[in-house]
Amino acid sequence: MNRKLHISVVALVVVIFAFGAWLNLRHGKPPENGAVGGMVVNASIGGPFELTDHTGARFTDEDLAGDYALIYFGYTFCPDVCPTELGEIAVALDQLDKDADRVRPVMITIDPDRDTAEVLSEYVPLFHERLVGLTGTAEEVREVATSYRVFYRRFEDPNYTYYLMDHTSFVYLLAPSGEIAAMFRYGTPPEDMVTTIRQHMRGNARG
Amino acid sequence: MLKSLFAAALLVTTILPANGHEEKSENFTISHPWSRATAPSQKVGAVFMEIKNITGKEDRLIGASSPDAESTEIHGHIREGDIMRMRRVDGGIAVPANGSVKLVPGGFHIMLIGLNAPLLEETTIPLTLTFEHAGSVEIEAVVESAGASRSGGATKMEKMDHSKGHQMPGKSK
Ligand SMILES: [Cu+2]
Repeated sequence: MNRKLHISVVALVVVIFAFGAWLNLRHGKPPENGAVGGMVVNASIGGPFELTDHTGARFTDEDLAGDYALIYFGYTFCPDVCPTELGEIAVALDQLDKDADRVRPVMITIDPDRDTAEVLSEYVPLFHERLVGLTGTAEEVREVATSYRVFYRRFEDPNYTYYLMDHTSFVYLLAPSGEIAAMFRYGTPPEDMVTTIRQHMRGNARG
Repeated sequence: MLKSLFAAALLVTTILPANGHEEKSENFTISHPWSRATAPSQKVGAVFMEIKNITGKEDRLIGASSPDAESTEIHGHIREGDIMRMRRVDGGIAVPANGSVKLVPGGFHIMLIGLNAPLLEETTIPLTLTFEHAGSVEIEAVVESAGASRSGGATKMEKMDHSKGHQMPGKSK
């Protein structure tokens, strides 16, 4: 097989895989073939983004390059699921001890209408001193959420005095290369996140 | 060395009962009602607890109110695959006869909407629960750290608190 053909076959396989993962996510069932504590993720998830951090400064994927990152998509008007996940990230960082220096906790809002940089600046320090809160225009948030295969939708009902956001609740482990190394489903114990992160740090993780 | 170990053990035992508190009424034992600290920009909070019905008659939690919030609703989550949808539970929550119901993160909670002031750690929130048969029950929820959770909490100390508060045998009736 010549080299060009070989590359296009590999590309085709990647595309088919990506499509499968996308289909799975659409049906609320992401790929189940997980490594310890985290699901193995194919390379099509994630990618470049441009957002604004909680201090009001521009923040892109390049600001995370060279470090691991734990990324969560949520919103501040969520008193239950989102604080739970952010709390679990904080516990995982505590358990990582000195290795935590190499992991940056990040929360990306899927509710930019409510979650301005100012709102996030009051919110993020409650969970971890290094937690970065990211927001943006509706378009910027839509782009990053789409590339991470995050489902989110505003729920509005005349019987409610407020709106809610329906959303998938995953924690993504970003490798220093910028690739997604693992995804953790809602309810993954922090211990399992720590195990997976340490495996990746030692370079012997599967996938 | 031994002395400091003793001191640590004492510290643990004195902290535990304070957080793992119980509220008793004629019909219910309510274990460790708790909430999470909020930022000034956050206008909502959630209260969690375990409600044990100590009577032989089923009842139903149908509402709640608190002077700390403009309105109070019972909420639950509909989990569809990996999508979480928080919704109001309009019919209330059944509390079976001689049984219990748990309000925990990811499940049910009492939603405080329009907080008058941010919830601060280590303060308490007065809350009136309304039951279909038993009527009103007054309780106080303890505010813990913003990231506290049933399974972990922000610190190891809290983790111990929760396990004690929810599982200590013989403590609850
Ligand atoms: Cu709610």
